[in-house]
Amino acid sequence: MPEFWINMGPQHPMTHGLWNMKVKVDGETVTDAKPEIGYLHRGYEKIMEVREFQKNVVLTDRLCYVSSITWSHAYCLAVEKMMGIETPERGQWIRVVALELQRIASHLMWLAAYGPDLGLLTGLLWALRERELFLDLIQLMSGARMNQNYPRVGGVRNDLPDNFEAMCRRSIEHFLEKVDNEYQRVFQESKVFHMRTEGVGKISAADAINWGVTGPNLRACGVNVDLRRLDPYEVYEEIDFEPQVWHDGGAGDSYARFVCRFNELRESCQIILQALEKMPKTGPYRVKAPRRAEGEGYAKTEDSRGEALFYVIGDGDDRPYRVKIRSPVFCTMAATPIMLRGNKLADSVAILGSVDVCVGEMDK
Amino acid sequence: MSAVVTASPSITGRSVPGAEKEVLAQLQVAFGSKLKDAKIVRERLVELVIDRADLVPLCTYLKDTLGFEHLSCVTAVDWKDRFESIYHIENYYNGCMVQVNAQIPYDDPKIATLTGLWHAADFLEREMWDLMGVEYTGHPNLTRILLPEDFKFHPLRKEFAQEVDRQYITRRKLRGGK
Repeated sequence: MPEFWINMGPQHPMTHGLWNMKVKVDGETVTDAKPEIGYLHRGYEKIMEVREFQKNVVLTDRLCYVSSITWSHAYCLAVEKMMGIETPERGQWIRVVALELQRIASHLMWLAAYGPDLGLLTGLLWALRERELFLDLIQLMSGARMNQNYPRVGGVRNDLPDNFEAMCRRSIEHFLEKVDNEYQRVFQESKVFHMRTEGVGKISAADAINWGVTGPNLRACGVNVDLRRLDPYEVYEEIDFEPQVWHDGGAGDSYARFVCRFNELRESCQIILQALEKMPKTGPYRVKAPRRAEGEGYAKTEDSRGEALFYVIGDGDDRPYRVKIRSPVFCTMAATPIMLRGNKLADSVAILGSVDVCVGEMDK
Repeated sequence: MSAVVTASPSITGRSVPGAEKEVLAQLQVAFGSKLKDAKIVRERLVELVIDRADLVPLCTYLKDTLGFEHLSCVTAVDWKDRFESIYHIENYYNGCMVQVNAQIPYDDPKIATLTGLWHAADFLEREMWDLMGVEYTGHPNLTRILLPEDFKFHPLRKEFAQEVDRQYITRRKLRGGK
């Protein structure tokens, strides 16, 4: 049978956004693939050049609506490095709590999307139900469920509310119980789930590094790289946590990617609990940032999906001269043809879902 | 070889203190006067300024000898009188990052591709060609990636004007200045 190309997208339930994966099939087997992106390109790097440093935080929130705080935090960190200011200690701890809450919300959104990809609609309903808990916490902290505009250049917008710590502990306790008793059973202990994900979408560690795959997708290949540990920012140095790395055989397949993300849910909960314990109870949470700045600053952070890098250049004016956004999904997308080649067409959904694509940050 | 490379043959996930000094010293021995500027910006960050002709030898040395295996980011900057192609290259063994600024003349925006070293350069360089119009010579598929194929401009260049210079009213203007 002659080979031919199939468009998986731009309108396809698997894409979770607007992009197109062209796959070349020989019968049922994928022989080649070509991602086509750019449907959601909004020119962020250009429009940030005419706005003040502080006002760009609103834009960076919308880079990935599932994971807003991590993105605006990365931008604020880069601008702070350029201006040479540092957030007060309490501000840094509040940021860590906000980042990890956002990471859990983002991973739960991924879990909710990945379940139906594999025909597991229960996963969608359960994960979104628990995601509400964390969105409520974020709302308590910042006033908004999504697109929070919470980090500021030099700190965070407001202090934690009085009852935050108790609410946080209560929600996390409830959530951890659900993870152990419900999620574990419906996902990891399901035989069908294993059959769909194990051994598909393999990528070797050397390939993954060379193609620029980062974050949980890289740790699933057995590479112990977590920027919170390797290049600590904020107060992650003082927190005791274990980066989730896949150690067993069969590294780099869809199942390993799932397990690494899934275990990060628990790990993030532990980080939040530790942060609530260790953070100073009072003190300043924000410093005043200068309006104008000259120089260059870069910050790389462990985003929910991998390494987020902001490179900001200022020319002495009150707006950036150039902003560069390094999106982890953009680079991972370049490596998806390797994961897809040789697999069945029906497995491509199980593979691309495990990568956790967010089109907003990919297309900028 | 010195301690930076050989002491950590496996990726431990932790950074090595003082690694950036070691990296800078080795680069200065190997390239010497070809480095127009070389300095340690902060902990775990080395910045180099080079001419575009030295890019590939330098990056080959970084990747093969010093263990900088991860090309994180490619940025092109329009400085109005010249272009700059900036590479952020990361070492997973010691957590060190090298920022390579390669200078490109404005009237001839071309620089050699790094796709032979890192596959990651494929998409990153295509994006910069698309948005900034810097041509990465030798790239296997240098086509537009984010913008439509028939788009005629490179929008991140400073000559590609936006509707307004500032999307806000400055305080100076509010007070009656210009």
